[in-house]
Amino acid sequence: MSEEISTKETGTPPETGELTTLLKQEFPDDVTDFHAHRDDETVVIKRDALEAVCRFLRDDTRCSFEIMMDLTAVDRLEMNETPRFEMVYHFKSLTHARRLRLKVRLTEDDCKIASIHHLWKAVDWYERECFDMFGIVFEGHPDLRRILMYDEFEGHPLRKDYPIDKQQPLMELKEVEERHVYGRHS
Amino acid sequence: MENVLEIIMIPAVLAIIKIMVIILLFAMPLGTFLTLMERKWSAMIQDRVGPNRANIGNFTGHGIMHIAADGLKSIFKEDTMPKGADGFLYLIAPFFGLIAAIATFAVIPIAGPIGNFTFQVTDIEPGLLFIFAITSLSVYGAVLAGTSSNSKFALLGGTRASAQMISYEVFMGLALMGVFMVYGTTRVSGIVDGQNEYWFGSLIPMWGVFTQPLGFLLFFTALVAETKRAPFDAPEGESEIVAGYFLEYSGMRWSAFMLAEYVSLVGVASLITTLFFGGYHIPWLHLWENAPQWLVTILQIIKFSVFTLFFCWFQIQLRWTVPKFRFDQTMALGWKKLLPLSLINMFVTAFVILAFA
Amino acid sequence: MTDMTLLQSSSEDASTGEDFSASVMSIEIGPAHPAMHGIVRFTTHLDGELIVGMDPEIGYLHRGFEKESENSKWIQVIPYTDRLNYVSPLLNNIGYSMAVEKLYGIQAPPRAEFTRVIMGEISRITDHLTCLGAVAMEIGAFTFFLWFIKAREYLWELVEEMTGARLTTNWTRFGGNHSDLPDGFLGDLADRLAKLKEIMTECDKLLTRNKIFIDRVKDVGAISKEDALSFGFTGPLLRACGIPYDVRRADSYSVYDELDFEIPVGSTGDCFDRFLVRMEEIRQSISIIEQAADKMPEGPFMTDERMMHFPDKKDVYGNIEGLIDHFKLVMEGHQPPAGEIYMPVEGGNGEMGFYLVSDGSGDPVRVRMRPPCFNFVAAMPAMTVGHYVADIVPIFGSVNMIGGELDR
Repeated sequence: MSEEISTKETGTPPETGELTTLLKQEFPDDVTDFHAHRDDETVVIKRDALEAVCRFLRDDTRCSFEIMMDLTAVDRLEMNETPRFEMVYHFKSLTHARRLRLKVRLTEDDCKIASIHHLWKAVDWYERECFDMFGIVFEGHPDLRRILMYDEFEGHPLRKDYPIDKQQPLMELKEVEERHVYGRHS
Repeated sequence: MENVLEIIMIPAVLAIIKIMVIILLFAMPLGTFLTLMERKWSAMIQDRVGPNRANIGNFTGHGIMHIAADGLKSIFKEDTMPKGADGFLYLIAPFFGLIAAIATFAVIPIAGPIGNFTFQVTDIEPGLLFIFAITSLSVYGAVLAGTSSNSKFALLGGTRASAQMISYEVFMGLALMGVFMVYGTTRVSGIVDGQNEYWFGSLIPMWGVFTQPLGFLLFFTALVAETKRAPFDAPEGESEIVAGYFLEYSGMRWSAFMLAEYVSLVGVASLITTLFFGGYHIPWLHLWENAPQWLVTILQIIKFSVFTLFFCWFQIQLRWTVPKFRFDQTMALGWKKLLPLSLINMFVTAFVILAFA
Repeated sequence: MTDMTLLQSSSEDASTGEDFSASVMSIEIGPAHPAMHGIVRFTTHLDGELIVGMDPEIGYLHRGFEKESENSKWIQVIPYTDRLNYVSPLLNNIGYSMAVEKLYGIQAPPRAEFTRVIMGEISRITDHLTCLGAVAMEIGAFTFFLWFIKAREYLWELVEEMTGARLTTNWTRFGGNHSDLPDGFLGDLADRLAKLKEIMTECDKLLTRNKIFIDRVKDVGAISKEDALSFGFTGPLLRACGIPYDVRRADSYSVYDELDFEIPVGSTGDCFDRFLVRMEEIRQSISIIEQAADKMPEGPFMTDERMMHFPDKKDVYGNIEGLIDHFKLVMEGHQPPAGEIYMPVEGGNGEMGFYLVSDGSGDPVRVRMRPPCFNFVAAMPAMTVGHYVADIVPIFGSVNMIGGELDR
């Protein structure tokens, strides 16, 4: 995908950013793709390398990405790309004033990925949201519950095959133990 | 006609009449009026208009109709009770505070005596001790409301209220020790008359605020905390525990809590006037040698009312100016700062009296 | 969830998970509670008045911003962005439009950018005014709140003058703005800013050195630099911790590099520092607005790039290119080139990042907005545990959670 974009836009092969070079050098087998569309440095890595790469990005002084800015996924069903899902991690380094986008591609049948909640505290809720919206399972997450939707919600709303006008079944009223019934003689 | 007068002059009947007059014509109307005054005054502070919509015909009276509207609304609102509440305690709790607030007025004179007739329900010997006793009763209102409501917020409010009121009572008494020593009595009329003396000939009246400046500040602080007004309104804490101990109440029972707050506002103001600002005595009036008695009485009532209103206003101003304390800060202020200060005040007063008497 | 360990050691009933030990009381704060702006629920575990655990629950205001956006045309997303951070809607408009412009690889003309800076900073001020006012109100300084709301009202009148709406502004377009500065706008602006400064001075006197206020907010809700970074804090909360990270400077988007302003930082990251940082940012924003108004260049307020803006009615009816452009824009929508971008802007609460993916068609593949206060609410347990229940109020107030932005 990256190759297409870059060549489509500029007609030249993708530029290799500084971080891309570094990551390629450190993880030669794991970097599968990269681009720098509109100067957003992007590296695509293999799924199994995620934790190691993230740890490297956080701890290595050449990277020192202190802030885990954003974590989301893209469902590429309608773009006719395979594999279907793409995890997108945005990092920000204050020390080097740099940003990096890390991507991991996941197939539909096996949309599981290692959780990195122990590296940045922000990841905890981001992963919960991603699970809620896309149904991607983060292995090792301590508390993978829905966060924006309610527990009884069926399906994952941001998947492209979830129709926008789909109706959810009505829930039965939950019995709450300490229900306050008002009125003097009740 | 004479029979009627005789019956009226029976002490018990007279006391009841006085109670009716003071409560129905002074405390309750003023307390009710203060609800409007507070809303109007806060509106002025905050650059708003304030209540001005309730009307009869086209008459709004600058919002005075809101008093009637609020009263009617509370009466006709459903009186709810949460399930699991302790019925009897829940029902009677609102009235403890109100009764305690009203009872304060029993010993406060609003004008000087004419012959045997006093403008005071009763002038008992332990006058101020009576007030302490009665104000401690109002703790029960908050505690019972908090515990009987079967609500966690109310429970937190009730706990806070009880802790705060009981601790502030301690040095409320201590702060007044100086006053007792200076005027040598706990009888309210004695203290008031003591303030009619002068220093340096007729230059400065011996008002409590001049003889006991620190005592005045401490006592005023303690009273504001005792009535749970801002900045000491952590028991109500409308932002964190919603409304505290009266959270579950509605209708007239809720109004009873509100009314108790405003009546005790008047109570605080009149107590401050009585103990520290000469009560009904108008300073330097003795220079006017043959003033007619009726005129003096009227002037005294006016003076007392003006000072009372001033301190009511002051409390309202206080509420809308400062933020409120956190609960533990209220307690720390009471025990760590005000209590030592009132002890120091007491000892210094005692020392000065011993040294110069 | 990090704080549940304390509770698990006590006698937790495994069947319900509700009954902890006798000394721990759990209390539901929210969703309907006076201190919860927007709607959020905190299941708070109290030992007496001390908070020993907290579990935030969000999502009450989720309305599917991302799903709706992905089922709309690119331009149709702008009204949805109004509803994200509804206290500073213009910043969302600007952020989204700049993100799409980045996708196109163009920049709006200078006049449009300067106007955006002015309107964006006005929105930032309204955001901070609301937040500070709410904090003050909830700890009892009601007067302060209403004065700030009065000041906000002045600014919203400006927003109304510019966009025609106070809240649902829908003002920016791709490559420019919907409208130029109205006649006499800069005069009104100077007038309103003078009034705002007056209110700021008065409120500063009223609250900033008030002993009770300082006692309530000092050392409350402090968070360390490391934790703040790890939790992904940005904006005033991160700056209160002493880290001068401001997207306006760090990424220097729009015309902020031509304007002179300082980034206020705090030291301890407690609620008082957050208060001071926000107060100072309001002053800096006023200064930015004044500079931008002085430097306001002449020129167009909309790019002249084809297929970016709707052609004039004159062209639509007058010539074939205009007609075709109009037809295509209406029927197919804007078609940014394929690619993906992340565009961060400094929102009222912090870094508001738009992550957009386009496949070159008129329908967005992915519209993702990074909500700054998501991280703050996630950090609420870390900030509140060990404080008193009354401290939830200033802490949560200074977090400035906006439901529309948090739940999208």
